[in-house]
Amino acid sequence: MALKAANLKVGDKHTERLVEDLKRTQIVQYAGASGDYNPVHTDELFTKEMAGYPTVFAHGMLTMGMTGRMLTNYVGDGRLTEYGVRFTSQVWPGDTLDSTATVAAIHDGLVDLEVSTVNQDGVEVLKGSAQARVD
Amino acid sequence: MAVGSFPVEAGHVMMFARSVGDDNQIYYDADYAAATECGGVVAPPTFVQASAQFDPDYFLRPKVGEPWFGSGGSPTGVKREGSGGGGGGGGLHAEQRYVYHRHPKVGDLLTATTKPGKTWEKEGRRSGKLVFSETVTEYRDQNGELVVTATGVGVRTERPVDQG
Repeated sequence: MALKAANLKVGDKHTERLVEDLKRTQIVQYAGASGDYNPVHTDELFTKEMAGYPTVFAHGMLTMGMTGRMLTNYVGDGRLTEYGVRFTSQVWPGDTLDSTATVAAIHDGLVDLEVSTVNQDGVEVLKGSAQARVD
Repeated sequence: MAVGSFPVEAGHVMMFARSVGDDNQIYYDADYAAATECGGVVAPPTFVQASAQFDPDYFLRPKVGEPWFGSGGSPTGVKREGSGGGGGGGGLHAEQRYVYHRHPKVGDLLTATTKPGKTWEKEGRRSGKLVFSETVTEYRDQNGELVVTATGVGVRTERPVDQG
C-alpha cells in the first residue's frame, strides 16, 4: 500500500473526488463525531439571522478530514508524518470537492506533497502540504 | 483547552471515519487492521480534533443546565454583546497543522494540553480587520510520550465574509 521512493518523481499527482453535492446531513455527522456543535454548521436559522451567512457551511475540519482521506489513500495508512492546511474559502452544502496531492520532493525516505482542494467552480477551498514515509 | 482523558475508542473512530466519507477498513475492522503494517485500528489523520468531546469546558457543545446560543423558538438562545463578526461562535478556523510522532491507535489513552501561540492582524478584503491567534496542543499517550502536535489558527473577522 505504501509508496516506493523509486517509483516517485517530482510533479506526480494523485487526485480524488472528496464529495459530490455535499449534504447538510454529512455536516451534521461531522459535528456529532468531532464534537464541534457551532450552530453555523448545522443551524440554518441562527446562521442566517445571527451570523449573517446565506446558509450553514461546512467545518473547515470536515474539508481537512476528507482531504486527509485522499492523502491516506495515496500514501498508505499510518504513513503521514506531517499534514497542515490553510482554509482559503468556505465550503457550502451542494459543493463538489476534488483534491490533489502533488509530489514536491523525495528525500531521506520521505515524500513532500503539496495539497490542494477545489470546489466545482475551481475555487481553492484548502491549500496545504503533507509529508509521508515511503519505502 | 486541557483534556485529562481522551480515550481512543473503536466506535468513535468508526463514526469519525464515516463523517469524512472514509470507508477504509483500517478504521472499522480490527481483524483487517491487525494484519496491516499499523497492526491495529488507527485514527484518521484529523481525529485528534475530536478531543473536543472530552474537554469539559469546550464552548461549542451544549451543556446541561446552561444556555445555548443556537436557535430554538428564536434565532439564538443567548443575547450576546458583539459577536466578534462572522463565524457565530468564536470566529472561523484559518489554519490547522499536525505533526505525527506516531498515529493514535484504538486503546490509547491520550491527554492534551494547549498553549497559546502567536497572534497577528491583517486587513481582509472580504471581511474587514482579521485577528489571528494560534494555539499549540500536545497530545501524549498513557506513557507520557508525545503522539501528535497540533497547531491551530483561529481568525475573528470584523464582519461576515462577503460572498461573491
